Amino acid sequence: MNEPVRPRPLTRAPLSARSDRTFQGLILALASVIVLVFVLSVYQLGRESWPALREFGLSFYTERTWNPVSGQFGAAQMLIGTLVTSLAALVLSVPLAVASALFVAEYAPKWLANPVGYLIELLAAVPSVVYGLWALFVIAPILGRWQQGFFADPANVALYTRCQDLWNSGQTTLQCFFVPSAFDGRGLALAIIILTVMILPYTASVARDVIRLVPADQREAMYALGATKWEVISRAILPYARAGILGGVILALGRALGETLAVAMVIGDSQEIIKSLWGGASTMASVIANQFGDAQERLHRSSVVALGLGLFFLSVAVNFLARVVIARLTPKGIQ
Amino acid sequence: MKKTFLLGLALVTTATASQAAAQTITGAGASFPFPLYSKMFAEYRSETGVSVNYQSVGSGAGQKQITERTVDFAGSDNPMSDEAMKAAPGKLLHVPTAIGAVVPAYNVPGVTQPLKFTGKVLADIYLGKIRTWNDKAIASLNPGVTLPGLPITVVRRSDGSGTTYVFADYLSKVSAEWRDKVGVGNSLQWPTGTGARGNDGVAGVVKSTPGAIGYVELVYAKQNKLPFGSVRNRAGKDVLADNGPASLAAQGVVIPADTRVSLTNSANRDAYPIASFTYVIFYAEQKYGNRTEAQAKALKNLLTWMVTKGQAYNEGLDYAKLPPAVANKARNIIASMTYGGKKL
Repeated sequence: MNEPVRPRPLTRAPLSARSDRTFQGLILALASVIVLVFVLSVYQLGRESWPALREFGLSFYTERTWNPVSGQFGAAQMLIGTLVTSLAALVLSVPLAVASALFVAEYAPKWLANPVGYLIELLAAVPSVVYGLWALFVIAPILGRWQQGFFADPANVALYTRCQDLWNSGQTTLQCFFVPSAFDGRGLALAIIILTVMILPYTASVARDVIRLVPADQREAMYALGATKWEVISRAILPYARAGILGGVILALGRALGETLAVAMVIGDSQEIIKSLWGGASTMASVIANQFGDAQERLHRSSVVALGLGLFFLSVAVNFLARVVIARLTPKGIQ
Repeated sequence: MKKTFLLGLALVTTATASQAAAQTITGAGASFPFPLYSKMFAEYRSETGVSVNYQSVGSGAGQKQITERTVDFAGSDNPMSDEAMKAAPGKLLHVPTAIGAVVPAYNVPGVTQPLKFTGKVLADIYLGKIRTWNDKAIASLNPGVTLPGLPITVVRRSDGSGTTYVFADYLSKVSAEWRDKVGVGNSLQWPTGTGARGNDGVAGVVKSTPGAIGYVELVYAKQNKLPFGSVRNRAGKDVLADNGPASLAAQGVVIPADTRVSLTNSANRDAYPIASFTYVIFYAEQKYGNRTEAQAKALKNLLTWMVTKGQAYNEGLDYAKLPPAVANKARNIIASMTYGGKKL
């Protein structure tokens, strides 16, 4: 009776230690699956694209000719198309996204902030084929009507004819760059517009969350110094939140680089040098979507896969670069 | 009692399962004949109980899958090249099932009667040399038609396609410049124009863009109520595409024993010049992998039905019929299929 009761944990200790080990093993296995998938996809892409890379060498990524008939493949134009559409969309969407995040987090009354924030997040849930159809059937006709108005003026038709001579010889001027090349509304400009809308919610919702996370002390200290609301935002909130906002920007860039279907539907698919903002262009992802299914020659198929490999490394490179930038921009003292 | 019942049930289920496996035929490939095949296979199923699963994934993907033997037959709008057939582990046979016509559809405000085109004019439009609708070359073919001074918006496919192949094949025959500069293929390096996905994509852009021209399969032009022009054939006659003239294209061309031939620019006086066969492709020797003789026989019966009784469904869906001589050749090719060296 007087004997002290054995502490129970002692008997359970071995079991707990065992389950600890099991859990550790399980986690390790799951984590290595991710690494394995990464390695496997690099291996698969590399193996499939080997015939093209052996044929053309690394100049595959610097050559501009993409001619499935003569069997000459160079991805430079798609590489440029991918970067141009993504970066232009980023430039357009980031100010909009940050502004909407500031509005929701700082200015809007609560009854408005929640629904607006919810709606912005909802944009991310719309499937890309829906965006593509919307661009094709709603925005393209609007742009098309503007282009028709442009061509209604005979002077502009003469200008267009001059520009087309220039484009055919592979050149352009600043003026010709903004002259529409057709009036169906599709092309590089529409692809940029649709990408802007598609990536907006990523930056906006991340920015809103990090702006809300800025400590109240920061703001109050700034107000105590007699700062106006704008000064608080520009001096205390944005500098504090900029690393987080950039994280959202990177997320958006990742989506823009890889976006396939919506872009393939509207970009007009031209593997020529980009000569007009309104003309056709192509991205690596759009060419993969367009040509993989019907690539009959081995070299053609392999070149399309090599595009995928290039896109893979482009994404990795952009992400790495972004991490470096974030690390540099993060103010000291913030984890 | 209960045991025997369960055993019996198990036997019945395995029996039906194996029967079902034998009676499902799989195919994959060209999207152009998909509406026709859907109709044919639905009818075939209600007639014979054999179901056919056809995936419209594109001619190239179909060729790849038959080469890898993952399907019983492939659909393709263009015949496989000798080089591509070498990659296959056995001898491949081609059989045409229908004839398709590719038409120049356009959207020119104020023009009501069908415009007339020649191959040369189409080639020059797609080369970017003819840029407005009132160009002399178009106007001289269409006397009495008031053509607007609109710029021509050239619309073409952005995805690889058998339709592109047929159109480019025709342009190469009538324009030396096209042959040298662009050539023939499912995907091309286009000198001009804006790309749209699929026949319906091209039809959609043409429909919504004043001044646009695009090449689509006849059935898509009809479905979308798009006006399309006549094309001058080799004999110098302006022919508006329809099932009859497209079918005649196969009668002005010498059809080789393996039926792998281009029908464009046919010598027949009344033929429509931009026409082509669409094929099914399968192995001559059917004993491979773990195929049973029953499966091979089921495939043979289906193919025979497609080139004989099944032809009745072609015209209703705007695909031209095989001329009798071609249908006979097709039947002979199908009859040459073997299983383990024996005729089926």
